[in-house]
Amino acid sequence: MNLRPSSDTIRLIVPALSLASLLAAVFWLQPRAMSYVGLNLLFNLAVPIALATIAQMLIMAVNNLDLSMGAFVSFAACVAATFLHDNPPLGVLILLAAIAVYALLGVIIHLRDLPSIVVTLGMSFVWTGLAVLLLPAPGGHAPEWARWLMTAKPPLMPMAIVASIVIALLAHFIVMRSSFGVLVRGVGGNERSVERAGWSALVARAGAYGLAGAFAVAAGIALVGLTTSADANIALRYTLLSIAGVILGGGEFVGGRVSPIGAVIGALTLTLAGSFLSFLRISPDWQIGAQGAILIIVLALRLFLNRIESRERRR
Amino acid sequence: MTIAAEQPQHPIIEVEGARISFGAVKALDGVTLKIMPGECVGLVGHNGAGKSTIVNVINGGLTPDQGSVSTDGNAVHAYGINVARAHGVRCVFQELSLCPNLTVVENVRIVHHDLGGVGWRGRARRIIEESLGAIFPGHGIDSGETVGALSIAERQMVEIAMAFSNAGTAPRLVILDEPTSSLDASLAKQMLAHVRRFVADGGAVIFISHILHEILGTADRIIVMKDGRIVAERPAGGFTAQSLFEAMGTVAKGEAARRESRDLAAAPVVLEQTGSGLSFTARRGEIVGLAGLSGHGQTEMLMWLHAQRSGNWWPRHNPAVAFVAGDRRLNGIFDLWSILRNLSIASLGDMSRRGFVAGEVEEGRGEDWRKRIEIRTQNIENPILSLSGGNQQKVLFARALSTRAPVVLMDDPMRGVDVGTKQEVYRIVRDEADAGRTFVWYSTEMEEVCLCDRVYVFREGVIVAELSGDDVNEANILAASFQGAAA
Repeated sequence: MNLRPSSDTIRLIVPALSLASLLAAVFWLQPRAMSYVGLNLLFNLAVPIALATIAQMLIMAVNNLDLSMGAFVSFAACVAATFLHDNPPLGVLILLAAIAVYALLGVIIHLRDLPSIVVTLGMSFVWTGLAVLLLPAPGGHAPEWARWLMTAKPPLMPMAIVASIVIALLAHFIVMRSSFGVLVRGVGGNERSVERAGWSALVARAGAYGLAGAFAVAAGIALVGLTTSADANIALRYTLLSIAGVILGGGEFVGGRVSPIGAVIGALTLTLAGSFLSFLRISPDWQIGAQGAILIIVLALRLFLNRIESRERRR
Repeated sequence: MTIAAEQPQHPIIEVEGARISFGAVKALDGVTLKIMPGECVGLVGHNGAGKSTIVNVINGGLTPDQGSVSTDGNAVHAYGINVARAHGVRCVFQELSLCPNLTVVENVRIVHHDLGGVGWRGRARRIIEESLGAIFPGHGIDSGETVGALSIAERQMVEIAMAFSNAGTAPRLVILDEPTSSLDASLAKQMLAHVRRFVADGGAVIFISHILHEILGTADRIIVMKDGRIVAERPAGGFTAQSLFEAMGTVAKGEAARRESRDLAAAPVVLEQTGSGLSFTARRGEIVGLAGLSGHGQTEMLMWLHAQRSGNWWPRHNPAVAFVAGDRRLNGIFDLWSILRNLSIASLGDMSRRGFVAGEVEEGRGEDWRKRIEIRTQNIENPILSLSGGNQQKVLFARALSTRAPVVLMDDPMRGVDVGTKQEVYRIVRDEADAGRTFVWYSTEMEEVCLCDRVYVFREGVIVAELSGDDVNEANILAASFQGAAA
């Protein structure tokens, strides 16, 4: 009936274009990156970041924010490098308990109407403390299967790309297609109307937190699979990376507007931005600032498009 | 009873003696009503008459403090949202209540519980498109579109179609709370025609609207509410627009607090605003009232007046307007500050020397105002939350009055304030007006509006009537707020 792309599609265009142009720039600077091995090296570390970004996105879908993401992924990585390797059943049990704690956090935040930022900031110290208890010094061993999974060499496409696509599709299915995902995003969009329709916003929020915990655990395992060992501070920067990834990918802090595919693209873009700056031979001292500049440019582009969108609607 | 060839029909919903109070405010004061299958009941009343509260009781969102709810002749003890939905009670709320970030289809999923399972998108799409097509033929709404991207009218159409749609549990009682407020005339007509069809098929509708000819033309029976009570209930034929106004207004309370009228025609105009509808002016020393049903553009008008006359980036040296907020917890008081700090924040510029606040000047002013408007506290350094609501509101008044601004904008500031405090504030406002200050006062309370020298009545975002002098009375304001009086 109408050929105009939906507003969700427009939202995906900016992150997709940013990734494409960044990739083009990297290939231009370093043509050798345009290969199976090169792509794998470029995007290897994006897989755990993408998983953590999806986890953060689930929390943001219910209008909350998780400041303990990095600490929790580090903790999960430490468990994976110790218990999951030495005593798999106990390791699985610990990780399941951690996911349950996440769901419980959702319940507490909902029932007591607490600011999620404060609760998760507090929890970040708990997770870091537990991680330090497990691995006071860097060490541990990755479980064989995690190592195998992350270093597998599928035909045609490198593992990093395959994994990113699988993560994006899985998250898209859960968050955008399933009834549960609709409910979670509904809580973010208009909690009252969800409750008026007779649903329990408590269950939806707890579910979103639990699922976020599961994705974050996966991020920890994937990280250990790549690095073969862990340490208590291995993923601390994931907190801000994951938030930036969600926003880059077209999500918003409030209002339940999230995009799993966008979030994965955002995570890839962030990873690539680091490599791009190295290829430009920018000194590491300046890299964080330059990374921030890239973020600002992309977000400015987003704001600009949003403005056009709302102007068109008013017409 | 022999063979039930003609069973006596039970009411779909019966509310008996429902009482609800929020603090000191009685929202419902013993309401009894029955909704039979196959009838459309019109519900009218002014602001705060209790319409929304009774609607919330019927849809299960509120449990009455006293009284009972029964469905199909059986009393239900734990009546709640899910029980109401299982009995086919559906509601279209006054404020739009879809999730703006979800598509139309996904919103259908939220509303209809029993839609789950593989392929729910297809089913939801079919249900909503069927319903939209039946009510608004040729609507042109794509059900895959995000609700936030639809126009207000389209959102309203979706919401109405959603209430009448059937996904397992058929709708039997649909409550429409101001459903036509954002629809144009032809869409409203389509909707009303559908209401009649739905009723003819044995459904029931509760219809709330401020457009009286819609109510008179559509409802079978009209219930008039006032102050949490049902004050009149008759078949629609028994009412005319005129008799409806009369039923809504107070007859007993007459000239309670009418001020002497002042002649201000010679005073200079201090505020002027033109827009669609009548233009707005306010003169020096005048108390101008903004009336009409709540949410019809009065607050927006005040905000606009304020935005027009205050600095954009830099604060202005001589403030032109001061604002007294209505929702004091949301945008009035600073919870953690003392009474004095709350009072002086608006005029710190006047009390400071070289960028530092002069403590003794601030305290002197605070003491001065405490005496003038009698803020009941031992020490003005006490935290603001140690005061009662009425006294907090007085502090907000003092904050606005202590500025040098010649115009004070008031956004329904007396909500939830006790009678004694109100009288004190009325006196202050009158004194200040006599001293030459201009007040623009939006109020949802008739008594306060009647204190004003001149009143603008709002409907659907524009000024539709201007009343002055002795024309400022309840009957005239009601007639202007509700469309459909003999024009």
